[in-house]
Amino acid sequence: MPTLQSVAELEKLRADILARRDPARTCIAVCAGAACDGLDSIAVADAFKSEIAKQGLADKIELRVTGCHGYCEKGPNVVAGPKDVCYFEVTPQAVPGIVAATLKGEVFEPCVYKDPLTGAKAVHMNEVPYYKHQMRLLTGDNIRIDPMSIEDYIAVGGYAALAKALSSMTPNEVLAEVKKANLRGRGGGGFPAGSKWETTKNAPEKTKYVIVNGHEGESAAFMDRAMLTGNPHKVLEGLIIGAYAIGAQQGFVYTRHDAPRLVEHVKAALAQAEAYGFLGDNILGSGLNFKVELHFDVGIFVSGESSALMRSIEGNAPEPRPKYIRTSVQGIWDKPSNLNNVETWANVPQIIGKGADWFTSIGSERSKGTKLISLSGHVVNSGIVEVPMGTPLRTLIFDIGGGVRDGKGLKAVHFGGAMGGSLPADRIDATLDFDEMSKLGAPIGAGGLLVMNEDTDMIDVARYLLDFLTKESCGKCVPCREGMWQMLKILTNIADGRGKKFDLDRLADLMEVTSLGSLCALGKTASDPLKAMMRYFKDEFETRIAEGVAGSQAK
Amino acid sequence: MSEINLKIDGKDVKAEAGMTVLEAARKAGIDIPTLCHHEKLEAYGGCRLCIVEVESRGWSSHVVSCTYPVAKDIVVRTRTEKVDKIRRVLIEELMAHAPDAPELLRLGYEYGADRNRYEREPIFCVMCGLCVRYCAEVKKEHAVGFIENGPKREISFIPERAAKVCWDCQECFTICPTSYAQAAYLLTEALAFPGQRKAGNTSSRTIPIQSCKGG
Repeated sequence: MPTLQSVAELEKLRADILARRDPARTCIAVCAGAACDGLDSIAVADAFKSEIAKQGLADKIELRVTGCHGYCEKGPNVVAGPKDVCYFEVTPQAVPGIVAATLKGEVFEPCVYKDPLTGAKAVHMNEVPYYKHQMRLLTGDNIRIDPMSIEDYIAVGGYAALAKALSSMTPNEVLAEVKKANLRGRGGGGFPAGSKWETTKNAPEKTKYVIVNGHEGESAAFMDRAMLTGNPHKVLEGLIIGAYAIGAQQGFVYTRHDAPRLVEHVKAALAQAEAYGFLGDNILGSGLNFKVELHFDVGIFVSGESSALMRSIEGNAPEPRPKYIRTSVQGIWDKPSNLNNVETWANVPQIIGKGADWFTSIGSERSKGTKLISLSGHVVNSGIVEVPMGTPLRTLIFDIGGGVRDGKGLKAVHFGGAMGGSLPADRIDATLDFDEMSKLGAPIGAGGLLVMNEDTDMIDVARYLLDFLTKESCGKCVPCREGMWQMLKILTNIADGRGKKFDLDRLADLMEVTSLGSLCALGKTASDPLKAMMRYFKDEFETRIAEGVAGSQAK
Repeated sequence: MSEINLKIDGKDVKAEAGMTVLEAARKAGIDIPTLCHHEKLEAYGGCRLCIVEVESRGWSSHVVSCTYPVAKDIVVRTRTEKVDKIRRVLIEELMAHAPDAPELLRLGYEYGADRNRYEREPIFCVMCGLCVRYCAEVKKEHAVGFIENGPKREISFIPERAAKVCWDCQECFTICPTSYAQAAYLLTEALAFPGQRKAGNTSSRTIPIQSCKGG
């Protein structure tokens, strides 16, 4: 493949790829996302491969091993045909039946969705309850893309937004569009991405960096790796557009070292993007020079914190450093460095492609676009969900999630992983909105939503989350290292029925000092879950202390 | 020319650009407590005792003065009720590890700390990192470092380096606020290279017992 020299060449390539595709050939997409992979969806894909070979159907059926489809609970997932017939919990034994039905334009009944209560069937993606309440702008293409194939991405319109930016917009216009879209950072803080870009762009240093934060250390969050594994070029396209707007010459993708498929896909995507001319010198003849390097985390939670992450890229231990001068002004090797989360970057191509007005038509008043949510816990349907901002939590938990499993009642939902917060069941009419959730004490964070049933011991949940963070503290500053360790001791005592009356006062002091005094965001927010627990579930703590029994014997 | 005017505890203070609030305060004779700070070392921001309240353009926040750069017209308050409380809790947390360290006793007295408020685990080290950083930044020897993270973090002398350089130096012993650096060194020697220390003098040299500074 010769390197693309211009936008016209890209459009010609796209036309060629589409022309080469036989419209009569049906595609069967087998999910190889983390959950399906764990359920050995590769064996299912192999069964399709041998069935297609055995029957000589290569000209009629195309097999595509793809990234995450989203409905992890019902994996291995398979989607067949032009009408997106969804098959769930597919075994290799079901494969001949699916192939036969697909050839005849029929549906293989045993593997379609059946409502657990009514037994009603749902055949197509837009009818399955789990999918029909979603708006899958970022993840919808996953079933159409083999993540190892840049041509699959180009076929669905990939790199058109980059072409548009480079050929018809100035860097300032791109920046203005992102600012107008009010794209807020998906990594946790919800900080406006456009303002961050502008700070880096306006910093006096000529050398600038842009970074994809694909560390995703938040517990119960697994959507970023699904995004980056399933559609790496979308993230990369966003990054290149960002580099153009900001004036960066070098980018970094910082991601997990422990996800082999993710690593394989990102490496392939970078190599292919360079081969096709989306990275390197004079990208699409625009004069933009931009390279991207892949960098791996070192396996600790705090390496996802921006200043620690940048220390890590420099080759140092990922210890956070004080950020009185922001990393967007002084980041990697003290150069201005703009860091955004995977999902934030993935939003950029559609903002440039379809415009800020389209983007702002989706979502709530102050939180725009869609949000990826990792749904897990005591919920019927766990998986990766994409809904417009402003969606009520109730829709997420009941309409999409199918409610609490085993017929139990809902006690609480927890947002934002170990640094998030829990809300009691009577607050689930709140909507998915950065500001609203923060105010309630359960900030969205990166988007891990944990559902907890009526039997959940909230003290144990608090203790569990704090135990995680205590182990992940780097140990550099006193309030984080010592404060969390002491809080954990006190909570363990209370949970075990050895709590004392003054423990709640001691906890209050520790929470306050840890959040006011800690060096980085880990420590500053480490006591947030506990704060939310004290706000909504304080009586449980008081009762446990008064009764002096361990959690397992309580009730 | 690059003089910056700010207010610290109601006092007009002049500082130069690039200075930290801690430096500006000390220059003006205003005391702010520190444990991990050392003039010869890069600011660390670990002990957080030098936390102060800074008001800038109407916004108040708590920052650590050893790393916070001075800025025009900021108002710094070094002894508010909140600042004192944060310092007290930090001291109490550290006293759980080193209840009799003279520096902590002195600070504890000043801030009304109760050294029995939190569960004790006497490890005698407060992880200020002075020994680690002094050895790396000033001596360029890297004979002592941090291992592990979170509450498991500890200082550790690296036997191969320590056997060669520590006995003739001992400078970290004197800057350690708890005497633990010296203890850790001797333990390493006893376990890893007994009788094999390289000393310019002889191995019969007695170990000088250093008294804690500021006690």
